[in-house]
Amino acid sequence: MKSESIPLVFSFPFPLLSLLIFTPWAGAVLLTLLRGASALTARVLTLAFSLSTLAFSVLLLDSFDPAATAPQFGERQPWIAALNVHYHLGLDGLSLVLVLLTGIITPVALLASWRLERSARLFGALFLTLQGAALGVFLALDFFHWFVFWELSLVPAFFLIKLWGGRDATRAAYQFVIYTIGGSAFMLFGFAALFATTGTFDFNELARLGADGTLAAKLGAGPIQFIFLGVLFGLAVKVPLWPFHTWLPPAYAEAPTGASMFLTGVMSKMGVYGFLRILWPIFPQQLHAAAPWLLTLALGGVVLGAWAALRQTDLKRMVAYSSVNHLSYCLLALFAVSYATGRAGLSGEAATAALSGTILQMFNHGLSAAALFACVGILQTRADKNNMGGTPMPRGTGVSPLGLKDFGGVRAAAPIFAGLCGIAMFSSLGLPGLNGFVGEFLIFRGVFGLHPGAAAVACLGLLGTALFLLTFWQRVFHGPRAEAAAGEFSDLRGVEYAALVPLVLLMFVLGVAPQLLTRLINPLVTAWAGHLVLP
Amino acid sequence: MGLSVQFLWLIPALPLLAAGIGSIAPSRDRTLASGTAIAALALSFLLSCGALLTALANPADHATHNFAWFELGHGAVRLGWLLDPLTALMCIMVTFVGLLIFIFSTGYLRADARFKQFFCFLSLFAAAMLGLLIANSLLLLFICWELVGLASYLLIGFWFHKPAAAAAAKKAFITTRIGDLGLLLGMVWLYDSTGSLLFYDGGNGVLEPSVLAALGGSTAIGLLIFCGAVGKSGQFPLHVWLPDAMEGPTPVSALIHAATMVAAGVFLMARVFPLLTPDALTVIALTGAITALMGALIAVAQNDIKRILAFSTVSQLGYMMLAIGVGSWTTAIFHLLTHACFKALLFLGAGSVIHAAHHEQDIRQLGGLRGPMKTTFATFAIGMMALSGVPFIFSGFWSKEAILHAAHAWDVSQLPLYLGLAAVVLTAFYMTRLMAEVFFGAARSDAAGHAQENPPTMTVPLGLLAVCAVGLGFLGTPYWPWLQHTLDPLAHVEAGGYGLMMVSIVLVALGLGSGWAIYGRKSRVKSSAADPLAVRAPSVFAFLAARMKFDELYAATFGRLNHGLAVFADALDRHLWDGAVRFFSRLGEFAGVVNRETDEGALNGGFDATSEGLRKRAHSYSRAQTGDAHGYLLMVAFGFVVLVFAVLLGGAR
Repeated sequence: MKSESIPLVFSFPFPLLSLLIFTPWAGAVLLTLLRGASALTARVLTLAFSLSTLAFSVLLLDSFDPAATAPQFGERQPWIAALNVHYHLGLDGLSLVLVLLTGIITPVALLASWRLERSARLFGALFLTLQGAALGVFLALDFFHWFVFWELSLVPAFFLIKLWGGRDATRAAYQFVIYTIGGSAFMLFGFAALFATTGTFDFNELARLGADGTLAAKLGAGPIQFIFLGVLFGLAVKVPLWPFHTWLPPAYAEAPTGASMFLTGVMSKMGVYGFLRILWPIFPQQLHAAAPWLLTLALGGVVLGAWAALRQTDLKRMVAYSSVNHLSYCLLALFAVSYATGRAGLSGEAATAALSGTILQMFNHGLSAAALFACVGILQTRADKNNMGGTPMPRGTGVSPLGLKDFGGVRAAAPIFAGLCGIAMFSSLGLPGLNGFVGEFLIFRGVFGLHPGAAAVACLGLLGTALFLLTFWQRVFHGPRAEAAAGEFSDLRGVEYAALVPLVLLMFVLGVAPQLLTRLINPLVTAWAGHLVLP
Repeated sequence: MGLSVQFLWLIPALPLLAAGIGSIAPSRDRTLASGTAIAALALSFLLSCGALLTALANPADHATHNFAWFELGHGAVRLGWLLDPLTALMCIMVTFVGLLIFIFSTGYLRADARFKQFFCFLSLFAAAMLGLLIANSLLLLFICWELVGLASYLLIGFWFHKPAAAAAAKKAFITTRIGDLGLLLGMVWLYDSTGSLLFYDGGNGVLEPSVLAALGGSTAIGLLIFCGAVGKSGQFPLHVWLPDAMEGPTPVSALIHAATMVAAGVFLMARVFPLLTPDALTVIALTGAITALMGALIAVAQNDIKRILAFSTVSQLGYMMLAIGVGSWTTAIFHLLTHACFKALLFLGAGSVIHAAHHEQDIRQLGGLRGPMKTTFATFAIGMMALSGVPFIFSGFWSKEAILHAAHAWDVSQLPLYLGLAAVVLTAFYMTRLMAEVFFGAARSDAAGHAQENPPTMTVPLGLLAVCAVGLGFLGTPYWPWLQHTLDPLAHVEAGGYGLMMVSIVLVALGLGSGWAIYGRKSRVKSSAADPLAVRAPSVFAFLAARMKFDELYAATFGRLNHGLAVFADALDRHLWDGAVRFFSRLGEFAGVVNRETDEGALNGGFDATSEGLRKRAHSYSRAQTGDAHGYLLMVAFGFVVLVFAVLLGGAR
C-alpha cells in the first residue's frame, strides 16, 4: 500500500466529518432530554436526525475528488499527547460508499420500525447512537477512537435487540455482545502490542510500516503472527467469517425489524471495512500466508451459508444466513487478492475487478438484505395480527408464526408487496439488471483470475442462493392461501411504502448505472491493485 | 430504409417501454396493456426489417456500436450492439412470431383477471430476448439471457396459485441456472484470458482472428459456454424443465418456450462458433444427437398434447445442436427459423384445440375434431407435415435435410447421422399418432364433442404461420442456399447426394405409414383403452411415458445431495460451531465460579484480614495523614505496566 501524506488539520472549511458523526449523537442526547415528547414527535425527530447523514453526503459528493486516493476532508488534532493519540478523521472512496450506505439504511430502517409500540424516544436515541458509532468507524483513521466507536456500537445494538426483540432476544443479545467483545479483546491486545512497538495508533502510519516490512522486522515473526491472528479474530467475528458466524442468525432473527436491517445493512460492513482498512494494509505478508486457509473458510461461508439457509424454517434466520453467504463473497475476493499478491505476472485487472466487486457487493448487499428484512417484518406484523388479534406473538423455538410453511398465496392477497419483495429477492440472488449482479460478476471475474478453483466452488453458492430464495418465494407467495395469510392480509400501506420503495428504486438505478458507485471508488481501487507487493 | 447499428437498441427498448407502461397501468385497462405491447412489438418488427436491409447491404460485415458501461481500473467494462444478418434474421423471427403470439393471447386470455400482468411479462420477455440478439458483448448477452430466464419464470408461474405451476417455474429457473453457472465461469475465463468480452471490436473482439489466435483455442471455455446453452435449450441432461414449463398458460407460454426462448441457446452457440475447438464441437454434436433421439423416443409415449410437442421441441433443438457440432452453424439457424414457424403453428393449433375443448389436453379424451375445427385441422396438418419432414413442399424437410447432409459430411464420426436418422422415423411416427388421436375417429369426451372453431384472433395467426411453415424452406434449399450464404458468405453448403435424401424420404414414409397403421387405420374407441404400443411392449412404453425416469433419477441423486448438504450445513452450525461457542461460554462460567470461590474463600478471607490490619494501622496513621490511597486506580495503572512489560519482554525489541 502506498503511504499517504498526513492531511492538513482541516482540509475543509468546517469539520464536516465530525458533524457527520456527531449530529446523530446530538439527536440522541436531545431525545433523552425531551422527557415529555410524544411518540410521534420522537419518531419524527429521530428520522430527521438520521437523515442528516444523507444531507451531509450531498456536500461530500459535491466536493469529493474521486481521483485523489488519499483521505479527504481530513481532520487531525492531537488528543492524548502522552499516548500519541490523535483525533484523526478522513474519507476516501471506500469510506464514502459506506457513509452513503449508512445514510440510506438508517432512515429506511427507522421507517420500517415506525409502528413499534414501546418507548419510541429510547428506541430513537439508541438508533441514533448506533448510527453515529457506525459512521465513526468508517471515518476514524486512528485506532484509539476507531476502537471506541467500534465497541460503542455494541451498546445500543445490545439494547435494541434485548428490549424490542423476540422471545429469545435476551440470550441472542448476550451472545452477540459477548462474542463480539471477545473478538475485540484480542484485537485490542494486538494493537496495544503494536503501539508498544511503534508508538503510533495511526492507520496510515501503521500501514506504511506494514507495507515496507518494518513492522515485521521490529516485532519478529512469531509475535506479529499472534497479533495478526488476534486482529483477524476480532474482525472475523464481526463480519462474520464462517465458522465464527453462529451469533448472527439468532441476533438478526430476534432483533426488531429496523435493528435487523441496520445490523445486516451497516454493521456487517464494519467488519469487512476493518479487513480492507486495517488487516490487509498492516499485515500484508501475514494475510498472504494465511490466505489459502482463509479462502477455504470464505468458501465455507459461501456454500454452507447458502445451504444452511435452505434448511431454516424461520424466515428471519433464513435471510440472516443469506447475509453470511453474501458477505463471504466480499471476503473471498479480498483473500483471493491477498493470495495472489506477489505472484509473477499477476494481472492487476483481476485484482481491480475483485476489489471493486467487494465494495459494490458491500453496498448492494446492504440494500437487498435490508429490503428483505423489511419484507419479512411486514409479513410478521400481518401474521401477528391475524393470529393474535393485534397483539404481537412471541417467537422462538416452538410454533413460530414466521415459519416458512405457515404462509402461502401472499402474492394473491398483496400483489404490490409481493412485487417489491420479489425485486428485493432477485436483487439478492444477483439477477442482472438489478444492483446485486454487478458486484457479484466483478467478484467472480476477479477471483477467477486470481484463484480459478475458488471461483468454481463459489458458483455453488450462487446456485444455493437461488434455491433457497425461490423456495422461500414459492412457499410464502405462491400456491393457495394458507393460515397466516388467509385472513385479512392487506397490501402495503403508507409508511411501508416509504421503507421499501427507495431501496427498490436504488436496486434498479444501480443495476443499470453502476457507474454512479464505481466512479467514486475506481481510482482508489486501481491504486490499491497497482501496489500489490509483499514486503 | 435501413436501420443503422447505433439505433439498434430501439428494437428491444420498445417492448421494454411497453413492459414499463404495463407495470404501472391500472389493471382494469386491458386494451391499454395489450395495445401498447402489440404496437411496440409491431414497431420492433418493422425496425428489424430495416435492420435486415442494412445488414444485407454488406452481409460479411459485423457492424458494431460499442460504449463504456462503467469504468474499471484503467479501462472500462464495455458493452455494445452488433448488426449482422444473423442478428437481423433472428430479430425478425422473434418479433414476427412474438407478434402473432401477442395477438393470439388477446383472444386466449380474454377472461383472465391478470390480463394486464400477462402482457407486461410478455413484453419483458420480448425485450430481453431481443436484447440478447443484438448484444455485441457476451456480458450483455448474459444479462439479457438471465432476464429471459426471469420472464420465463414469471410466465410459467403465471397461474401461481396452482402449486404445480409454482413448482414448474422454480424448476425451470433452477435447472437453467445450473447451466448458467457454467456460462458465467466460461465468460469470466474468457474475460481473464482475452481482457475483453466484446464479440467484434475493430480487431480486438473475442471472435476476431487476432484474439482467437492469441487465445490459442480453449476447449474448456467453449464447453462452459455450451453449459449455458444446454440449460436454456433443453439439451440432455438438463432438458427436464422444458416439459414441466407447459404449466404456463396454454399455449402462449408454451409457445414462447418452444419457438423462441429455447432458441437462445442455439443462437448463443452460433454466435460464439469461432471460439469452439474441434473437441468442443464433438461434445456438442453428440449431445445434440442424443437429445434429438431421446426427445423423439419420449414423445412417442406421452398423452398430453402439449407434452408431446414439448418433447418434440427437445428433439428438434437436439438437431440444431447437432448441426452446430458438425460445424454447420448456418444450417442450425436455418432449422431454428423454420422450426420457430412450424412449432409456433403447432402450439397455437394445440392451444386452439385446448381452448375449444374446455381445457382438455389429454389426446385420449379428444378425437374427431377434424370436422368441427376445419381451419385448425388444416393448419395443424401443415405444421405436422413440416415437422415430420414431408418432402419438397414443407420447410422442415429442407432444413432437416440440410442438417443430415452436414452430419453426413462430418469427418469425425457418423454416429450423429445415424441417431438423427432414427429420430426422423420417430418424429413422423409420433406426429401421426398425435394427428390420428386428436383429429380422427370419434369424439371421446363431451368436451371434444362440443368443440367449436375459434374466433379469427386465434385462427388468423394460424393461417399466417402455415404460410411461413411452407414458404420458409425455399430460402435454404441446396439448389439456392440464400440463407446460408447470407449468414456466412463463406459457408459451404453440402449439395448432398440424392442417396441420403432418398433414405430420409423413405424413413419419413416409414414413420408416417407405421403411425397410420397403428393409430389411424383403426382409431381409438374409448378413452380408457390401452395404447396399442403399450399392449405390445408395456415396460418400454411405461419407461418412456415416465420420461425415462429422469426426474426420479435426479430426485434420488441431486435432490438427496441437496437435502443432505443442507442438513449437514445446518447441523454443523447447530452442533459443532455453536457447540464450541457454548463450550467456551461454559468454560467462562466455570472460571467465574472458581474465581468466586477463590475470591470468597482465599482472597477475600485474606483481604479481610489484611484490611482489618490496615484499618487498625490506618487508624493510627490517620492522625498524621489526611489523604487516602486510590487503590482501584493504582491497580489499573499497575495492570497496564505489567501488560506493557509482558509485551516488551515477550516479543518487541
